[in-house]
Amino acid sequence: MTPPLTPAAPAPNSTPAQTVGPFHGHALPFADGGAPAPSGHPRTVTVHGTVLDGAGAPVPHALLEFWQTGPDGSAPAVPGSLRRDGLGFTGFARVTTGRDGHYLLRTLPPGGAPYLAVCLFARGLPHHLFTRLYFTLPTHDPLLAALPADRRPTLLATPDPGHHRAYRFDIRLQGDRETVFLDFTEPPSRPDAGHGDV
Amino acid sequence: MASESVREQTGRAAPGLQGTDRDGSRDSAPGRAAPENPAAPGISAAPGTPPYTGDPLRLPRRPLVPVAPGPEAVELTGPVFGPADVDPLDADLTRQHPGDPLGERITVAGRILDRRGRPVRGQLVELWQANAAGRYANRLDQRSAPLDPNFTGAGRCLTDDEGRYHFTTIRPGAYPWPGRHNAWRPAHLHFSFFGTAFTQRLVTQMYFPGDPLLPYDSIWHSAGDEATRARLVAAYDPALSVSGSSLGYRWDVVLDGPAATWAEEGR
Repeated sequence: MTPPLTPAAPAPNSTPAQTVGPFHGHALPFADGGAPAPSGHPRTVTVHGTVLDGAGAPVPHALLEFWQTGPDGSAPAVPGSLRRDGLGFTGFARVTTGRDGHYLLRTLPPGGAPYLAVCLFARGLPHHLFTRLYFTLPTHDPLLAALPADRRPTLLATPDPGHHRAYRFDIRLQGDRETVFLDFTEPPSRPDAGHGDV
Repeated sequence: MASESVREQTGRAAPGLQGTDRDGSRDSAPGRAAPENPAAPGISAAPGTPPYTGDPLRLPRRPLVPVAPGPEAVELTGPVFGPADVDPLDADLTRQHPGDPLGERITVAGRILDRRGRPVRGQLVELWQANAAGRYANRLDQRSAPLDPNFTGAGRCLTDDEGRYHFTTIRPGAYPWPGRHNAWRPAHLHFSFFGTAFTQRLVTQMYFPGDPLLPYDSIWHSAGDEATRARLVAAYDPALSVSGSSLGYRWDVVLDGPAATWAEEGR
C-alpha cells in the first residue's frame, strides 16, 4: 500500500489541490525564472539536477519552485520575481525540467538555515510535493534530526567538481534513494519576534 | 508512518489521491461542516469512473515526513509580489491579441482566504486554460482542434486588500483525455495560488456548475469526497456578469497549510 500524498490534516473547507497537468509550459514559466541571483553577482551558485521517476527515467516538463532566505538570513520581502529588474534578490525561482528531466537554477547561497524550500509539480502527481535542498547538513536542524541517517543525503546538494560554484541535486520520486518529501503541520508554538512580518 | 498516525489522531480524512484509501469510508469527518455548494449538490462518480490516482512511477512510496516548521523555517514566509510583477491587462485574457477570442466570454472572481479565514492580500493568482475548442496554446497539446490566434489562455493578477481576484476570459471547451477511451475532461480552469507562506502553495482546477461531464471525470473525483470536490465548482453569479458582455462565476478559495500567526495578517 502506498501512503497518501496529501496533507495529513487538511483544514476544514480548504480547497483541494489538483494535478498541474501537462499543459502549463505556456503559462507558468517567466523570463529568468531560474535566475534569481542578481546579474553578475560574485556569490552566485548554480544548482542543477534531474527529476527521476521510479524506473529511473527523467521526468520532463515538471515545474519546480524554490523559495529561500537571502545571504543575510532573512526572507526577502522584495517584489519583482516575475519581471526581474536584475538588481534585487527576491528569493523566488521557478523552472521547468526539459525533455531530459534536467533543471538549472542560478541563485545566491541562503543565509541562516542552509537550505532552499522546494515545491515540485508534474503531470502524474495529483498533489504537489514539498522538499528541501540543503547545501550542508547542519547538526541542529529539527527536520534532519528526525530523519533516519540513511535518508538525510537525499536532501543534500553535492558540489559538482566539473563546474564553478555548482551543486548537483537530483529528485528521485521513488526507489532506494527516494527523496524525502514533507508535510507541513502547524508550528509547535508562537516563535519570538525577530523573524519579521516579511 | 508519522503521517498516518496524525491522520488517525485527527480522524480527518485527507482528500486522498491514491488508490488504496480514497473512497466512501473517508468521507467528511464529524465536525468538518463543509458548506454545501449549491452549484454542485451531491454529484457522485458515474459507474466505471475511478478517481485519478496519478502516474504509478511518479508517486513517492514513502509517507510524507511531517514537519512542524519552527521560526527558522523559511517555508512560513513566501515570495512577495507587487505591481512590478503583474500588469493590469494580464487579468483580461480576452485582450491579449488584436482580435476578440472565440467563445463565451466569462468573468471569474472570488476571494482567497487562509485556513483561519483571513484574506490573502496582494498575492499572485495565475490562470491557464484551453480555448473554446478545448485546445491549449501549448506545443505539447497536439490534438486535432483549432488554435485561436486571439487566445493564449494564460493570465495573472494580484489579490486586493480583501483577498479578491478577478479575471475576464472565455469558457474553455471540454477535451478528450489523451490515450484514454472516450474520457473527456469537463471544462475547467487551472489556477495557481500563493499565500503568505510557501506552505500554502496551491495548484488546482476550477469547474463549471451543471457540467454533465463532472460525474465522469476521474480528476475531479480525485479531489476527495463529495463536499471536498464540490469546493472546486464555481457558482453562477449574475452579480458578476457584465450586461451584454460576459457571464459571471464566483469561486472562493481557502488555502491550507500553516501560515505565520505572529505576522500581521496579509501583507
